[in-house]
Amino acid sequence: MKMTGTQAFMQCLEEENVETIFGFPGGAVIDLYDTIHQQDKIHHVLVRHEQAAVHAADAYARVSGKVGVALVTSGPGATNAVTGIATAYLDSIPVVVFSGQVPTALIGNDAFQEVDIVGITRPCTKHNYLVKEAKDLVPTIREAFHVARSGRPGPVLVDLPKDVMASIIDFPVKTPVKMRTYKPTYTPHPGQIEKACKAILAGKRPVLYIGGGVILGNAHEELTDFARKLGIPVTMTLMGLGGFPGTDPLSMGMLGMHGTYFANMAVAKCDVLIAVGARFDDRVTGKIDAFAPHAKIIHVDIDPTSISKNVEVDIPIVAGCKEAMTQMNKWVDSREIDLEAERTKLAPWHDQIKDWKAKHPLGYVDETDIIKPQFVIQKLHELTQGEAIVTTEVGQHQMWAAQFYHFNHPRTLITSGGLGTMGYGFPAAIGAQMAAPDRMVIDIAGDGSMQMNIQEFATAMQERLPVKIALLNNNYLGMVRQWQELFYDKRYSATPMEVQPDFVKVAEAYGAVGLRATKPSEVVPVIKEALSTKTLVLMDFVISREEGVFPMVPAGKATTDMLLV
Amino acid sequence: MKHTISVLLQNKPGVLSRVTGLFSGRGFNIESLSVAETMEKGVSSLTLVTGGDDNIIEQITKQLHKLIDVIKVTDISETDNVEREMALIRVKAESTTRAEVLRIADIFRARVVDVSPRSYALEITGTNDKIKAVTELLKPIGIQEIIRTGTIAMTRASKKP
Ligand SMILES: Cc1ncc(C[n+]2csc(CCOP(=O)(O)OP(=O)(O)O)c2C)c(N)n1
Ligand SMILES: [Mg+2]
Repeated sequence: MKMTGTQAFMQCLEEENVETIFGFPGGAVIDLYDTIHQQDKIHHVLVRHEQAAVHAADAYARVSGKVGVALVTSGPGATNAVTGIATAYLDSIPVVVFSGQVPTALIGNDAFQEVDIVGITRPCTKHNYLVKEAKDLVPTIREAFHVARSGRPGPVLVDLPKDVMASIIDFPVKTPVKMRTYKPTYTPHPGQIEKACKAILAGKRPVLYIGGGVILGNAHEELTDFARKLGIPVTMTLMGLGGFPGTDPLSMGMLGMHGTYFANMAVAKCDVLIAVGARFDDRVTGKIDAFAPHAKIIHVDIDPTSISKNVEVDIPIVAGCKEAMTQMNKWVDSREIDLEAERTKLAPWHDQIKDWKAKHPLGYVDETDIIKPQFVIQKLHELTQGEAIVTTEVGQHQMWAAQFYHFNHPRTLITSGGLGTMGYGFPAAIGAQMAAPDRMVIDIAGDGSMQMNIQEFATAMQERLPVKIALLNNNYLGMVRQWQELFYDKRYSATPMEVQPDFVKVAEAYGAVGLRATKPSEVVPVIKEALSTKTLVLMDFVISREEGVFPMVPAGKATTDMLLV
Repeated sequence: MKHTISVLLQNKPGVLSRVTGLFSGRGFNIESLSVAETMEKGVSSLTLVTGGDDNIIEQITKQLHKLIDVIKVTDISETDNVEREMALIRVKAESTTRAEVLRIADIFRARVVDVSPRSYALEITGTNDKIKAVTELLKPIGIQEIIRTGTIAMTRASKKP
């Protein structure tokens, strides 16, 4: 069938079951927007900054499990998208970003609004494409979706020159994408599965250390089954929270720099460490030679480059987390293993962990007249029964959310882990709410981060999204201030926010609802009012200004060297 | 340790910058690089020499393999192989040293590819070591210019019948 490039583009999105795209128009994509205007199958969300378009598409992907889509114009539109792309890249999120480009004849001429966005994003995309000929348009878009969602997912950028989009093409029939050079491995090697299972059964002090791969790979059920069957304690990375129920007795919460005392101690003393879909990031391992020094290390990951990158692994398993956990469950189930006896064998190990937990539980010093941020998160958890989708910005509030909102389900904590992008949470809440219109979506925000994408109030209002923002307002760039307090003799360089908007009034200016709590007694009423309001609400919690996040492992120290509450 | 890595890749625009960007972005170094077409249309072969301990080399090969346009990665140094480089060397050759230059060229089976009253240009192929050896010998005579290719390499065929 003959059609224009822009029509073919829309048809490709339909093929991929895309329902929502996030974007911002401009000269290079004006034809595309004209076509968007003439159809009603795909809903376009007009953001107020291209960074937000990519964050929203990214969160849409994290919540729905589908590929998120963003559309931006050439030049500044494309460069504005880069932070969003890098954010998705570091967290392995399937996103396809379409950027407009100047006509092919002008490429390389420093034309108006021309940048080499393919060159700029090469190191922060899984792959990217410049479509130079009209005949390549449809195959390239199909390949882009395939690459973004398969294997270790990631963002893919497709650069679309204006003339290519305006040309008439023959829409090719859909055939499965076949790529000579790209074939991710999902199925684990049976020999490695057997080795791993035997090592786990031989262990007296096993620990499961799980990351975002469990969530991306939809492996939470298989993993939970495995952990419970053998009674193995589980710790999660920031990206892994929700991959195993946070309120399960086997859960030790998060590990690493702001992990729990008992999780970090358990990893330090374990004799078998089973890493699933985690990548031994420096925020998790601390000083590398002190990380699980006594353990035999098993590492399940779909990306071979993750294995033995930072830590030497004893039993590597290159596979999808779901496939690997399924096979490990099968191996255990098919042997005559007395599971009761296996669990009893681990009793001394569980006792030890209980002791650590009793000695230094996760906590904070409560006060009567000033709001503690941890208290706010606890109340949010309580009043939403732990069932909200929580997005976060980056900073102390993010860590408190990770510590105190015990995530029980995958795809419910939406946070920028790898890149740590301030300004992520609000547009992410928009994307999350678009993906899950009936869920409660809360952005746990900081006052600094909030101002990095504050313009998105307009987007949320335009889409009538009932997103809730819980702003933990310490009037500081708190996380940096905490480092300055601890390691720079309290020299608070550039961290006090000397001028701050009245956030309640900002919300109101956009037609949203703004609420404020300044005393602990106001916290619950404010949350209740927000949760029962059907529109966008910002809750401004004025919190104890110099509260710190603890435990804390100073950068580069062993994870057993924790500063405690 | 030096490693020679052979990479087969799809000859798409920007593919070379994907490879070099990977090296600079991850702090790996490239000692030499050479790229050319293969017999198969659209496929290029790239030979690169790099250094690093086993972990680094493992990361390099895995990361190369992860690039979508890469077809195959082989660490040739792990196999029995033939490696060659070529150098063009212009060396000062005055009446007192002309014979000496020719004798060195002869020993190393270098060819004279350009002659002037005051210089010879030699073409020499061989392993990196051989080229180093020649340049060391020619240096005292006076090297005016030297242009070298990167290493290319090929695994030897099995000797079993
Ligand atoms: C875009 C960006 N710039 C700078 C930083 C460095 N940074 C990390 S946390 C932080 C402070 C965040 O302040 P706020 O949002 O108020 O959160 P708080 O730590 O106070 O809870 C900064 C500046 C970052 N992560 N992202
Ligand atoms: Mg703050």
